[in-house]
Amino acid sequence: MSIIEAQRMQLAQHRPKTSAWQRLLKWGGVNYMFILPALIIYVAVILLPILRGIDYAFTDWDGLNRTINYIGLANFQRMIGDIQVRSAIGTTLIIAFALVAIKVVFGLLLALVVDSNLKTGNYLRIVFFMPVVLTPIIVSYMWKYIFSNQGPLNLLLNLAGFESLRWLGDPTIALISVIIVTAWQSVGLSMVIFLAGLQAVPPELNEAAVIDGATPLKRLWFITLPLLAPSMTICVVIALIQGLRFFDQIYALTRGGPGYATETLSTMIYRISFQFGEFSYGAAVALTFSLIVALIVLPVMQVLRKREIVHG
Amino acid sequence: MANRRYTTRTFALEAAMVVAAIIFIFPIYLLVTIAFKERSTWSLDPMAIPLDPTLANFQRAWSDAYLGDALISSIVVVTGSLLVLTFVGSFAAYFLARCRPALSNTLYLFFLLAMILPFQLGLLPLYQMMRDLNLLGSPVSLIVFYAGYQLPFTVFLYTGYIRALPRAYDEAAKIDGASDFQTFLHVIFPMVRPVTGTVLILNCVFIWNDFMTPLLYLQGSSWATIPVAVAAFVDQEITDWGIVFAALLIGVAPVMLLFAILQRRMMEGFAGGLKA
Repeated sequence: MSIIEAQRMQLAQHRPKTSAWQRLLKWGGVNYMFILPALIIYVAVILLPILRGIDYAFTDWDGLNRTINYIGLANFQRMIGDIQVRSAIGTTLIIAFALVAIKVVFGLLLALVVDSNLKTGNYLRIVFFMPVVLTPIIVSYMWKYIFSNQGPLNLLLNLAGFESLRWLGDPTIALISVIIVTAWQSVGLSMVIFLAGLQAVPPELNEAAVIDGATPLKRLWFITLPLLAPSMTICVVIALIQGLRFFDQIYALTRGGPGYATETLSTMIYRISFQFGEFSYGAAVALTFSLIVALIVLPVMQVLRKREIVHG
Repeated sequence: MANRRYTTRTFALEAAMVVAAIIFIFPIYLLVTIAFKERSTWSLDPMAIPLDPTLANFQRAWSDAYLGDALISSIVVVTGSLLVLTFVGSFAAYFLARCRPALSNTLYLFFLLAMILPFQLGLLPLYQMMRDLNLLGSPVSLIVFYAGYQLPFTVFLYTGYIRALPRAYDEAAKIDGASDFQTFLHVIFPMVRPVTGTVLILNCVFIWNDFMTPLLYLQGSSWATIPVAVAAFVDQEITDWGIVFAALLIGVAPVMLLFAILQRRMMEGFAGGLKA
């Protein structure tokens, strides 16, 4: 052993010791205390409850009992035979797809009109956006009055010489009424998303197309719409998720009635779990519901993403 | 649009849109006016402008629906949740934006799980957890819930923005002897103020308006938030629409006011913020 090596060893012994733990703490590059609170909250409030929810779906737990038995797929078997759940799935899908169509079409039209050279454009966008921020449950009670038998809507119908309609009392019309309220409240959101997308369409493209003699409709179809594809993705996905999950409007307007005509999966889960106290059955329905949402939303996202053009 | 000239057709479109807007906003007109009408007035002609407005409906609604208590409760819940979300969210985002890429990507995916695994599933177990912790009926349960539920969204919004800030800012602060926390609080956090604005607005509107969660966690307690208190009251008084509308108007007034002040900011926030 040379002298130099001996010295080096001595030096090494005097170097401040870093334990494996300390090195791990340094490894991330930033103090872990920054992320720790978020991780704790996230795991405790989101992740663990979801995992437990999946677990409950395979038990017979009623929410109170001390003993929990695993019963395999019995809850799911019961669900397959449950006419109410099947009808709720159908209703949920009808509402969700109707809402997506209405919000995309009208949101896009509003955005295009408001963005053209109207003098009142700024006021119009404020008017059409306003309902988006208003409390859904409160807005729904307001509409409940508008739809009521002696309410303003029937009054107007009578004035125009028509019979009153049972807006919330007739099964088919009630479904449409619920869709109207929800669309009225959220079409402004689609509008502002499309408006933001329109700002990203380079004006030179349209100018060049005008010189080439393209009609406004052709410009819309070949230039504006393709460039709006990213906004379209956001719009459709948000509308779909909202449409599959909404609850307040039905709670206020119909409570799922008349009969079960407007019962959706979210109101159904609420009733099964918290009013009938069947926690595990509710969890099974919720798990199925989650799978349905994922099975619809993920492929839709895939298809829409493919249509997005990367330009820059 | 390339065609910027104002023609007769533009005017026709404009006129049609103004009519459409008036029809669209008509329910809001009803919401505001019926609250000021006596029973005899609104039942005869609900759509007329109230020429001799009354405040009696508001007095009844305010005292019978305990809206004062509900207002305090809503403010406590919203303020508490926003405080937790802003700090916990921006701290986590700073970590994600500045830590090793491998760690950052893993954590990003981990937080993304919440958006793929639908929350409906966690609702029941969380309810049970709150019950076991004796938090049902307390605003703390809601603050905890929103702090978790809105966290991934808040983190993503902040992370995108902080990533775009040059690291030179951090390094300069470090050279001057600042710790990680000092760097973040005095250098980075002030620079991300626009995101903080968006985070506050979007979360505030969402939390203020949410009905289902407080319905589960606070029903029947003295801490009912505005939506729950209003819904409970309306379900009792459903025939006297003047009083019902007074309650609805009081309940929705704070968000209306916020919108009146911040419309532009809010529209931008909703258009851009939800992409995260």
